[in-house]
Amino acid sequence: MSPVLSIRGLNKSYKGGLVALKDINLEIEKGEIFALLGPNGAGKTTMINAVCGIVTPTSGDITAAGFDVRKDYREARSRIGLVPQEMHIDIFETVWAVTSYSRGLFGMPPNDAHVEKVLKDLSLWDKRKTKLMELSGGMKRRVLIAKALVHEPEILFLDEPTAGVDVELRRDMWGLVRQLRDKGCTIILTTHYIEEAEEMADRVGVISKGELIVVEEKKALMRKLGKKTVTFNVNEPLTAIPDGLKEWQLTLKDSGHALEYTFDTQAERTGVTSLIRKMGDLGIQFRDLDTKSSSLEDIFVSLVHTPKAEAQPKATAQKV
Amino acid sequence: MADATTAAQSAPAHAPAQRRVPTFNGYSVWAMYRFQMVRFFRTLGESLATPVITTALYFVVFGSAIGSRMPPVVEGLQYGSFLVPGLIMLSIFTNSIFNASFGIYFPKFTGTIYELLSAPISYLEIVIAFVGAAATKSVILGLVILATAYFFVPVKILHPVEMVLFLALVSFAFSLFGFIIGIWAQSFEQLNFIPMLVVTPLTMLGGVFYTIDMLPEAWQGIAQLNPVVHLIAGFRWAFFGLQGDNVAISLGVTVVFVGVLLAVVAWMFKTGYRLKN
Repeated sequence: MSPVLSIRGLNKSYKGGLVALKDINLEIEKGEIFALLGPNGAGKTTMINAVCGIVTPTSGDITAAGFDVRKDYREARSRIGLVPQEMHIDIFETVWAVTSYSRGLFGMPPNDAHVEKVLKDLSLWDKRKTKLMELSGGMKRRVLIAKALVHEPEILFLDEPTAGVDVELRRDMWGLVRQLRDKGCTIILTTHYIEEAEEMADRVGVISKGELIVVEEKKALMRKLGKKTVTFNVNEPLTAIPDGLKEWQLTLKDSGHALEYTFDTQAERTGVTSLIRKMGDLGIQFRDLDTKSSSLEDIFVSLVHTPKAEAQPKATAQKV
Repeated sequence: MADATTAAQSAPAHAPAQRRVPTFNGYSVWAMYRFQMVRFFRTLGESLATPVITTALYFVVFGSAIGSRMPPVVEGLQYGSFLVPGLIMLSIFTNSIFNASFGIYFPKFTGTIYELLSAPISYLEIVIAFVGAAATKSVILGLVILATAYFFVPVKILHPVEMVLFLALVSFAFSLFGFIIGIWAQSFEQLNFIPMLVVTPLTMLGGVFYTIDMLPEAWQGIAQLNPVVHLIAGFRWAFFGLQGDNVAISLGVTVVFVGVLLAVVAWMFKTGYRLKN
């Protein structure tokens, strides 16, 4: 099956010398939820804007739903919806006016019933006659989503969709995103909330300094790069790590009451068994132990602070 | 969003639509045009009151107070009547530029330009909608000013069809000019810069209050370089049949003006000048 979005050799440089995107290669399958993670200024929004026609790439090829976004821009763009990161709205207009306008702008015939359905799904129906300036931040964010959905896109870009919204709305949006995917829509979202990507994404891409350093199935990524931490709560507090335990690179915690050992879950030998044995040999007894798997956030932080040469070999699933 | 789940279960709400975008995206053009016009009609009073009052004052001061003491411009044509086409053009120039420049500058200012740039529309469709809406407003304004003139001075229109066509063409040309200013401007100050610095002087020296042959001979040649002179002369011909030999020049100047402006807009959209990045 051909990908619904294909990006090949995408570069973007600005006149001042800033290189925003470096040789981005990415393919996204139909019906996927893809999360693009990266720190501020990494190039997430630039990449989305290049696909949507808001930024002109320096070089590279992009196809959306099989159409070249430059040569067949009408076909490509009519299939894309974009929820921008910034709150770009016409505050003097009503919810109904701006939503209907967006449908027409994207070449769709008027369909009041559909506009009504979109507004109802986003709990905006009661506010349809309200001017945007009178809405809360969360409501404005919903309007942006309604505007992006009202022309029935195949690909939806959500650029930081839940930035600045409350927990309830965030959960609601996650539900909506899943519904959209179930109906065949492909979702590409950027987010600062790793929890969001962890909750929803099928695949995760990490972009740093304009380079896509990892693209991987979320579960596989967590499995591959995930680390586990085991914490031993010892009976007698320690003042220092005993010499006999140096090779495990333990950390002393809780004023010497806990020993923490972090290990790679993919390693052939985790070292846990030998550590416990050694602790027994040294007479270090523990009451209990806690284990904790690293979150996607931990993985993300480690990736963006790892040189590309180290991160790249782990990124085996980049479909190019 | 409490009803989101139930609504989604009842029918496919946002399933991707099957589509084929036509060569000319009529729905998009209509949506943009309508959006601009709705804003105009919502503030109709404010949109019309200022130019109508200003023009009425011109008629009172120049038409009645001063004009009544002046000899007829030509036999049977009082100075007050002579002013009508020029004053309509004066309002058309300034309002076309203002409406069109503000129309495109406002989305840039608020950031909603992202939607235009990511929509499946060509630059020509954007121009048709935005400039078309601004020109429509100017034509409406021109006709309202004409109606106002009837209250102050006798007005005759020898070539009404040509008058309306000329009105529409000049409105479109200056709206196009305003559209370019709106893209170029990076602040509200810049939005007013070109109209104040260039358009107002050209208009005041363009024969609104006089015919070119009233100027000293040396100035008459210089005035011929002012395109506004030809636009006003052509429009005045439609009313009174004066300076008929200038109609072809007037039309030619307007068409060349529109052609150059369209080329500039095409370049702006192709390069993304002050629109993208």
